[in-house]
Amino acid sequence: MVFEFEKPVTELENKIKELEKYAHKNKLDLTTEISFLERKVKDKKEEVYSQLTPWQRVEIARYIKRPTSKEYIAALFDDFIEFKGDRAYADDNAIIGGIAMFRGRPVTVIGNQRGMDTKDNIARNFGMAHPDGYRKALRLMKQAEKFKRPVICFIDTKGAYPGKAAEERGQSESIARNLVEMAGLTVPVISIVIGEGGSGGALALGVCNKLYMLENATYSVISPEGAASILFKDASLKEIAAESLKITAADLLELGVSDGTIKEPAGGAHHDKTFVFNETDQVLQDALAELVPMDGDALVDQRYDKYMAIGQFSE
Amino acid sequence: MLKDIFFKLNKKASDEKAESGAEKQETIMTKCPSCKKILYSKDLHKRLNVCSNCDHHMPIISTDRMDALLDIDSGRKLFENITSVNPLNFPNYEEKLASDKEKTGLEEALIVSHGKIMGNEAVVAVMDPRFRMGSMGSALGEKLARTFQYATEHRLPVIVFTASGGARMQEGILSLMQMAKVSVAIERHNKAGLLYIAYMTNPTTGGVSASFASVGDINLAETGALIGFAGRRVIEETIKEKLPDDFQTAEFLLKHGQLDEVVNRVNMKRYLGTILKMHKEVV
Repeated sequence: MVFEFEKPVTELENKIKELEKYAHKNKLDLTTEISFLERKVKDKKEEVYSQLTPWQRVEIARYIKRPTSKEYIAALFDDFIEFKGDRAYADDNAIIGGIAMFRGRPVTVIGNQRGMDTKDNIARNFGMAHPDGYRKALRLMKQAEKFKRPVICFIDTKGAYPGKAAEERGQSESIARNLVEMAGLTVPVISIVIGEGGSGGALALGVCNKLYMLENATYSVISPEGAASILFKDASLKEIAAESLKITAADLLELGVSDGTIKEPAGGAHHDKTFVFNETDQVLQDALAELVPMDGDALVDQRYDKYMAIGQFSE
Repeated sequence: MLKDIFFKLNKKASDEKAESGAEKQETIMTKCPSCKKILYSKDLHKRLNVCSNCDHHMPIISTDRMDALLDIDSGRKLFENITSVNPLNFPNYEEKLASDKEKTGLEEALIVSHGKIMGNEAVVAVMDPRFRMGSMGSALGEKLARTFQYATEHRLPVIVFTASGGARMQEGILSLMQMAKVSVAIERHNKAGLLYIAYMTNPTTGGVSASFASVGDINLAETGALIGFAGRRVIEETIKEKLPDDFQTAEFLLKHGQLDEVVNRVNMKRYLGTILKMHKEVV
């Protein structure tokens, strides 16, 4: 238990531990009391986890122990070989990519990679890519196109890095280029938001034939904190901003942005990673079964139609 | 009593301002905010609000730019009726839209025309930062995507003058997705072998900078324009470092290889006309 909203559950669980200790020490039989409390824990969990607010999902999506791209790649694919570098300036550790086998089929896998602890986070710039990362991703996508491999992207980033060097090397252009190039790829592109989908930095891996979101993943044009401070002039209104921005998997499904939600265990993916990997594996299999038979033009057309239909306006 | 008259006079003046849309024209003289030289407003307007002394570029409204660029009576307005709704029921969004519509006389932060520049046909889109800071929501994305669609169908070049604070936050993820939407339309136009000129004006930032503004066959920017992905304050807070004064200016981008050229607004028409001439389809 790590989040504020899980406190009622934690309190009950602590009580059980205390009782167990007490029973053991004094050689008492408290199984009835304990099992009563265990049932209460179960109910409380259901109550808390079944009505998570958008902000609580943001907290889950950002949790350091939530599975990252690397773990999905290790669990779902065989023979992953990482390829590095943008051939121009650097190898950006905030994005990883390479080739792997998925259920007997060669694919290209790319993902935002945030750190799995503090040291790793520093090495990976907290998952915030420079232009070099997006250009590496694009290079790997073009390579996938040449060898007719589907492209699978895992999105998990606060956003593109807002830094001096990033601007100098064309952060805007690197993202913009990916959007247009991804639009024209003649191979299937499947993107999955596994954690936080932070604005343009996420979209740069997200122009796809199919977009899926983990149940507690979020995808937003701006962070709730950012929106609160800009629109409401008060960063502490992040909960309200998270609500207003409509950033959850359910919201995006309803708005026609996402094509499906991938189930998570109660409380979030970190509670049972195997469960989430299996769910994701199934979704990927289904998506590929649908997309692989389509020819290049049909895939580009499908992407075109998908994005041209997104938006609400009056005329 | 006297106060009332003043108030009325002021009100009338501001009404006229809104009607003419040209704030600089109502006074005889205008002081350049950069070099402080006093200029004749009429002369300044003729120079498209570019100071004759120091070349400082003052704001120009979208309709004035369109008029200055297109050959006389050659323009036909497109997609005029597309306008924003409030898809997420975001608080206060409708009020803000209504007030910007009234203030600018525009339906959206973008106007589009099919016209001629020095005799060369083109579809021209101009963003207007006075309307919701030129931010891109569903309506603007739709308008721009249709601009490229229209140009692809009619085999025409597209010129987009960008001016934007980025995505329109009040439309949440839908505004982010407009970046993808315009991109798929650009991709088709591009694949059809047609010319797209991105012309970045002050300011071009955020999601607009990170999408259609940066992927022209030719990327141009106007003298002194602010262009960048992230805001200066955000970057300074992130890297804990003061940024140089010229950071994220058109000239800074040119130096770092992000632009084909920085163009003075006074030369805009001739510059674009010449490029269009060289891209005319040879049948």
